[in-house]
Amino acid sequence: MYIIRKWSVTHSRKLEALYRNFEPALMRLHPLFKALGYGRLETPVRVIEKAVKSLMFDCQMCGKCALGSTGMSCPMNCPKSIRNGPCGGVRLDGHCEVKPEMRCVWVEAWRGSQQMRDSQAIRQVQIPVDNLLKGSSSWLREVREQQAAQETEASQ
Amino acid sequence: MNAPYDQNPDNPLPQLDGHSSTGRLERVLRAGQFVVTAELAPPDSALAADVYERARLFDGYVDGMNATDGSGAHCHMSSVAMCALLTNVGYSPVLQISCRDKNRIAIQGDVLGAAAMGVSNVLCLSGDGVQVGDHPEAKPVFDLDSMSLLETIRIMRDESRFLSGRPITSPPQMFLGAAENPSAPPIDFRPYRLAKKIAAGAQFIQTQYIYDIEQFRDFMAAARDLGLLEQCFILPGVGPLASARTALWIRNNVPGIHIPDAVIKRLEGAEQPKLEGRKICVELIQQIREIEGVSGVHIMAYRQEEAVGEIVRQSGVLAGRTPWYPGCEVQTGVA
Repeated sequence: MYIIRKWSVTHSRKLEALYRNFEPALMRLHPLFKALGYGRLETPVRVIEKAVKSLMFDCQMCGKCALGSTGMSCPMNCPKSIRNGPCGGVRLDGHCEVKPEMRCVWVEAWRGSQQMRDSQAIRQVQIPVDNLLKGSSSWLREVREQQAAQETEASQ
Repeated sequence: MNAPYDQNPDNPLPQLDGHSSTGRLERVLRAGQFVVTAELAPPDSALAADVYERARLFDGYVDGMNATDGSGAHCHMSSVAMCALLTNVGYSPVLQISCRDKNRIAIQGDVLGAAAMGVSNVLCLSGDGVQVGDHPEAKPVFDLDSMSLLETIRIMRDESRFLSGRPITSPPQMFLGAAENPSAPPIDFRPYRLAKKIAAGAQFIQTQYIYDIEQFRDFMAAARDLGLLEQCFILPGVGPLASARTALWIRNNVPGIHIPDAVIKRLEGAEQPKLEGRKICVELIQQIREIEGVSGVHIMAYRQEEAVGEIVRQSGVLAGRTPWYPGCEVQTGVA
């Protein structure tokens, strides 16, 4: 919802802190997730993730969440799906070229990012989105990937 | 088979040390000359002669010409085809790629094809939304964005592979360009966005129209403070406005173009607004030239292409230099 989406950007710093606590909690659940099987968990987790993030961010479930580096403004709401900053067509009042009734997703992202602890993250170049991940849970992927990285590190 | 021209894709200039391409645009920029590029309007026809006729207007005044890719989301002859025609007679075109109309498969194929036809420069754009064009009902693609497009071509060139990882046997030697709009919100983010584009691979930048010099100075100062000026060549965009009415229409209807009131007032007060518009353009070029970190100008003279030569001449920025054009006497050194 547009109003809640804007609220989320305004409160980007709090949401960032919240996620910083949420992520280790998810990580601790890795043994349980593994025992139950990630494949089996995909559907229920996806349903919850989608419900929460759709409400908060108008999340499009791209499968590769970038909210932490976009000031809690979901880049997939940009009509041009730009994941790397505003296009050149932003209106002088900060609204979108394609949808004049909507504030530019990246004007919002810049506003949100500058309040966050990691205000530099927005400067990183994002790689092209992997369309195969669309609709899948970003939370589970994050846990799996971080766990795998830790295991590789430990084995070296 | 040899083409009957002294510059042809089968016989490119030798690639110089430290250069990404064999192209003339990169050579002139790296030689430290003040560069002029211009936007070439694509024809709504299937006639090669139409492309050559438009290109000829710029002969002797520009170091490169941008073949637009469905600019304003309107359908015209493709940029790849225009560039191929232009390289065939030795011109140094800039291929424009907009992410609006093609996915990563089509784009990477086009880059290889263009390079094979002698195209050395590419400008990576996100592209205007379809809603402003003549086919608003079209499906917008936007598989990549301008930034990931830069990255993609840089990977193809420097790592000899496609995004998928499959190897490319002979990589495209492209000089990579990107756009920037110092006048569009969020203004504070723009210099960082420029830094991102450079990190993604941009070697030269052509900007949206600059009419507000003070704002552009601030942008360049911020870019300097970030250490960006040594990392890319910046060519600010300029263009003549035909009248106060046109200027107002552009300001109100073309997102991202900022025209200060002072410019509009000057056009309103002029007896011959068209000439005044060109005069303003000449003055802008002269002011822009003095700004630290500027390597040239990019002239977008929409529907006034015939005025480009005169604008360049009056601005004096070429300082007696004549950029190469088909049939000119080949100069020694940088041509």
